[in-house]
Amino acid sequence: MKHVISVTVENKPGVLARISSMFARRGFNIHSLTVGPTEDPRLSRMTVVVDGPEMEQIVKQLYKLVHTVKVTELDPTETVEREIMLVRVNAEASRRGELLDAANLFSAKVVDVGASTVTFEVAGEPSALNDFLELMRTYGITSLVKSGRIAMAKDLKTTTKRSRLRTA
Amino acid sequence: MAETLTGAQALIRALEHAEVDVVFGVPGGAILPAYDPILDSPIRHVLARHEQGAGHMASGYAHATGKVGVCVATSGPGATNLITPLQDAYMDSVPVVAITGQVATRAIGMDAFQEAHTWGISMPCTKHNYLVTRVDELPDVIAEAFHLAATGRPGPVLVDIPKDILNATMTWHRPGEIDLPGYKPSVKGHPKQVKAAVEMIHRSQRPVLYAGGGIIKAEASEALRHFAEQANVPVVTTLMARGAIPDSHPLALGMPGMHGNYTAITAMQRSDLLITIGARFDDRVTGDVATFAPDAKVIHVDVDPAEIGKVREANVPIVGDARTVLEQLIETMSSLLDGAEPPEREPWFSQLAAWQEEHPLTYHQDPDGPIQQQYVIEQLHRLTRGDAIVVAGVGQHQMWASQFWGFERPRTWINSGGLGTMGYAVPAAIGAKVGMPDETVFAIDGDGCFQMTSQELITAAIDGIPVKIAVMNNTSLGMVRQWQKLFYGERYSAVDLTDHTPDYVKLAEAMGCVGLRAETPAEVVPTLEKALAINDRPVVVEFKCDPEAMVFPMIPAGGSNDHVVLGPEDLA
Repeated sequence: MKHVISVTVENKPGVLARISSMFARRGFNIHSLTVGPTEDPRLSRMTVVVDGPEMEQIVKQLYKLVHTVKVTELDPTETVEREIMLVRVNAEASRRGELLDAANLFSAKVVDVGASTVTFEVAGEPSALNDFLELMRTYGITSLVKSGRIAMAKDLKTTTKRSRLRTA
Repeated sequence: MAETLTGAQALIRALEHAEVDVVFGVPGGAILPAYDPILDSPIRHVLARHEQGAGHMASGYAHATGKVGVCVATSGPGATNLITPLQDAYMDSVPVVAITGQVATRAIGMDAFQEAHTWGISMPCTKHNYLVTRVDELPDVIAEAFHLAATGRPGPVLVDIPKDILNATMTWHRPGEIDLPGYKPSVKGHPKQVKAAVEMIHRSQRPVLYAGGGIIKAEASEALRHFAEQANVPVVTTLMARGAIPDSHPLALGMPGMHGNYTAITAMQRSDLLITIGARFDDRVTGDVATFAPDAKVIHVDVDPAEIGKVREANVPIVGDARTVLEQLIETMSSLLDGAEPPEREPWFSQLAAWQEEHPLTYHQDPDGPIQQQYVIEQLHRLTRGDAIVVAGVGQHQMWASQFWGFERPRTWINSGGLGTMGYAVPAAIGAKVGMPDETVFAIDGDGCFQMTSQELITAAIDGIPVKIAVMNNTSLGMVRQWQKLFYGERYSAVDLTDHTPDYVKLAEAMGCVGLRAETPAEVVPTLEKALAINDRPVVVEFKCDPEAMVFPMIPAGGSNDHVVLGPEDLA
């Protein structure tokens, strides 16, 4: 089962190395990891998708790193998740129209056209990206790059429902 | 008035500010600038003969004093030689600060002379580490390093300083407030959890207090003894916790684990409640985890939340400092008991006494046979009245020292528990003696261990550090030999060290120490007396020991603690 954790860290040199080294030496499996600046220049935020059952240990070991400020395991039902990918697909002239129709259904954007390929940019929910890939496989994918997932907890303050974010 | 200092001067000033009185080190090119201002500082520098020695000295010093031990090395090989002591200190939660020189900032990444990626190499074996990039940050980085090493779960911290930073100038400023938004160790246990723990302890029929090295680190021995008496609970002390409660105390059961005594192992195994404080369910304690203490509920007190639930699920987790939580437990237990006596637990204590009676730790010293190491340890204990700091290497001698030395106070047992670093004893004993010059510091070492770090005898002799070292010469890598004897059909592979080379007496003398030797059991006591009478120089005493002797009890690796092997016949 995949879990999504949001890790707020101090924006210091080497912090990504510290996090990835900890995952490696403790034998935790990273599915994807993205990192970038936040609204506060002193902090960076990582979205880590992990595989496996050791969530409690992963959260605790993350907290043990001196530069980790906050770790939140995100509940998929109360989280906005996005991913972007670039996918290059075989597109012989005879099938190009059909291919572009299919891409349209997913709001995939054409970003490059070659002699016999088309490259799409697709952004959205990770599951939608996977659906698009399934469809594209029938044409033949020649190249694929994914950004890794970013995620943010929904702002539930406007509703009466209490936030059920599990924080360690 | 603003004072302009070089980075090197600021480093030494910052160390003085951290109340450092001694550093253990070896100079070299990149750290050279720091070795000039050290001449003008009250800080003592002990010149080790190898950086590994410097690192273990810092660790021995920290173990003995409770203060942060400091070691210094140059870039490249100097820094990589520190890696073993850093990992050792990491595994055993020893507060150490390592200062390493680094090639100049512009040379980093250029494969410069004596360059190594110290920051990256040391990351997984330190609690935290730094590469200093601006001279101005030196005072704060050093202050943070000491804060991190000493607080929470203690551990090693490394500060890597490029040579150009040491040579640059800055306006000295005292370190500011420590600002680490991601580092806030919990000290006090949650009162609700403490209350739940006390109620569980009070109801328990067969409780065991499982005391780990955290008790020693947190200076919680007094509180531990008080609580054990108040709640009427027997106490096992792990290899890292020997001395946490006096071995002579009626509630003390001694050491559990792979080479623990039968009663300590079996008490945990049959317990209905393990009150775990500052211990981490190490594989050497639990044996096969699936069959470990099957009926026991677990209260787990640790300053490091990641230890709780890592190996064994805790019914009552309590994050906090061992002493603070023990004091909370005492207070809460007082109000629960409200003047009444704690439960007698008569069947449990009778059972424990019966096991102790039935399966004591034993050995036999044949007066005409070879020397048994246990005999040397017992006689040394008798002659010193146990009033010494004992430092061990790793292997058979270490297990016998832990089994047969009666520890009466904390910080009198120094050894490499987690990493199991052979060669630890000689340098760690030197560090301990530097920290506690008025104590008798006696290393109990094996011949294999001794040969790994014996060059530090010179350090002891030249720097006037009169440690005593017993070399238990069983002419072999004894623990490995024991396993080959028991589990590999006596096919001895690469364990023979010979009984004549080196000549330990001559070696000791060549290194500026006194060399003594005992070859027969009758010579043990007179030789120990001689060694104890020499206090102006280091002494090395070789004991010609029985190569066939084996450490028992034993739980074979991965075996269940249900099956304590009391002697070779149990393995047949």
